[in-house]
Amino acid sequence: MADGGAVTEAGATHGVSLEVDAVSHEFGAYRALDDVSLRVEPGEVMALLGPSGCGKTTLLRVIAGFLAQSRGAVSVGGVRVDRLPPGRRNIGIVFQNYALFPHLTAAQNVGYGLAARGAARAEIARRTRQFLEVVRMEAYAERLPRELSGGQQQRIALARALCVSPGVLLLDEPFAALDKNLRLDMQIEIKRLQRRFGLTAILVTHDQEEAMSVADRVAVMRGGRIEQLGPPADVYDRPETLFVNNFIGSTNLLPGAVAADGSVRLAAGATVAPPRPAPAGARVVVSVRPEDVTLHDAPAPDRFPARCRLSLPLGAVTVLDLEAEGGAAVKVVRLRSAEGPTLDGPLWCGVREGARVSMFAEDS
Amino acid sequence: MTAAASDLRAGAVARLRLSPPEWPLVAPLGLIFVGFFLAPLALLVWTSMHADAEMTRLGPESWMRFLGDPFYLKVAADTLLLGLKTVALTLVLGVAIGLIFLEASPAQRTALLFIIILPLLLSVVVRTFAWIVILGSEGVVSNAALALGLTSAPFSLLQTELGLIISLAQIELPLMLLPLLSVMGRIDPNLLDASRALGASRWRTLWRVILPLSAPGLTAGCLLVFASSTAAFISQSVIGGGRLIYMPLVIWQQSIVVYNWPFAAVVSLCLLISVLGVIGVIHWLGRRVRA
Ligand SMILES: Nc1ncnc2c1ncn2[C@@H]1O[C@H](COP(=O)(O)OP(=O)(O)O)[C@@H](O)[C@H]1O
Ligand SMILES: [Mg+2]
Repeated sequence: MADGGAVTEAGATHGVSLEVDAVSHEFGAYRALDDVSLRVEPGEVMALLGPSGCGKTTLLRVIAGFLAQSRGAVSVGGVRVDRLPPGRRNIGIVFQNYALFPHLTAAQNVGYGLAARGAARAEIARRTRQFLEVVRMEAYAERLPRELSGGQQQRIALARALCVSPGVLLLDEPFAALDKNLRLDMQIEIKRLQRRFGLTAILVTHDQEEAMSVADRVAVMRGGRIEQLGPPADVYDRPETLFVNNFIGSTNLLPGAVAADGSVRLAAGATVAPPRPAPAGARVVVSVRPEDVTLHDAPAPDRFPARCRLSLPLGAVTVLDLEAEGGAAVKVVRLRSAEGPTLDGPLWCGVREGARVSMFAEDS
Repeated sequence: MTAAASDLRAGAVARLRLSPPEWPLVAPLGLIFVGFFLAPLALLVWTSMHADAEMTRLGPESWMRFLGDPFYLKVAADTLLLGLKTVALTLVLGVAIGLIFLEASPAQRTALLFIIILPLLLSVVVRTFAWIVILGSEGVVSNAALALGLTSAPFSLLQTELGLIISLAQIELPLMLLPLLSVMGRIDPNLLDASRALGASRWRTLWRVILPLSAPGLTAGCLLVFASSTAAFISQSVIGGGRLIYMPLVIWQQSIVVYNWPFAAVVSLCLLISVLGVIGVIHWLGRRVRA
């Protein structure tokens, strides 16, 4: 393949690096991307995570070449591709709605890219068969897209993108249209294909669990900017901004103030150690994940009183909705088997030892 | 809606499904169809079976006269060819405008549709006379060619088949565009991006994606333009003048001028049958393209 990744006998390609350098894009006066930079290493999966409208699709369309960015550069495998049309960027894309050609069979869809590149008939047939097998759809080769289920359509869309051996694969909200069980299957499927082909991939999602489970690194976007970029565990445990903290996983935000001795006095009535030093008198918000809140039946200086309003058993865990003094809600997740105080009486909440607690200035 | 009302309605629907004689429902439409479509057609066939202009006796003479005369057969062939050539020209123009439509923003699409519909608000007579001004020897086309040095003498495209096809194409173009654009407007833009991302050229995307997906609109447009241009009595007579003769003109002469109604009926039926035949072929081609 002249412009594909190197093809090995198993049809495996080697992913290449992808670099986005200070890219901005404006729609009229509206800035959809604001100085975005990221680098995805060969064979790495990066998730673009952010709320709807934050510019994820726009960034993907700039990388794919459907949109010409206002400023900045995009490189694939170390080569600038800004001036290349989408078909020559060594990039495969799976659209959010799959965008299968409705008048072509599954096999014709998969072979479309090779045919467009002028491959020989026998070669097209061979690789089409091979990639239908890769996504386990060989039994459906002659079906039209409308005769396939959502998950099957997505497999065909994946095979179609992979069939031309791209060095980078872009996936726009690949699981959004699937129901919950199928979603997990497809996450596993995509991870399997990505490993097998050593693909570099960017996966767009607004679902943080999805990003965590599939990606090696996560870029959290907000209003056209990247707020934080790092491994999922880092972003989860050490959010740099309140926005990232709230967007990644659910959390309890407890307002408080830094006391003269450097400890944090929570408004709910407990004194806790700050995760990092802060100037005395500063008003802060402390973030504690629901799984890091401990329950006790006796008061202590580092515990605040609360009352249980609701308990939701969710399979292996139970989610508790507590009300702290002053009415603030506190969410707690604990194992169903965990020992603990009865929920009917007065409760005191503490923070699990060794838990990752984040602290932000109140006005951030 | 209250629960009781929705129950009532569900009951009514169930009764409708259950009662076998549903014909009273279609009777009004059926009567209109029989009274205003089938009966006149039967009358037309009955008239055509008369041998003489006075309609005193039955006989195949009117049919024999049409089918046995090379002049009338040529008129029939010319009429169908005129339709096909007009279809070809509107097809090319229609696809070109359709591609512009595909690239246009929603606001531009609305403007484009407005421009396309605008001429429909003008009478065909007015539009045809406008073409006389354009195509005549003192007209825009001739003067422009003279000014550019393309020709040394003024010329007229009036009373030529080319002039007629050009004006018919303009007059019938909305009939091609309306079904075509409504189908093209529903093509998912991601399909075009997907085609590009897979390395297809613009031409390949046009032939492999846009045209096959537009096939229903193209077929409908071709049918409308063909049926309409073969029957375009006004444009054919005004632009074609006395020199170009097509079947609608023959029908008019036979029925209004020489009062030979049986023969006029024969020509009408031949026009109807041949147009239906060509429409059948276009329809069949359209289905083939899609499959
Ligand atoms: N073609 C366009 N013209 C104008 N604004 C656009 C266009 N496409 C997207 N936008 C705007 O850019 C912002 C980012 O959009 P998008 O990248 O689709 O967000 P996401 O995929 O993260 O939900 C949105 O506010 C959207 O309204
Ligand atoms: Mg999007």
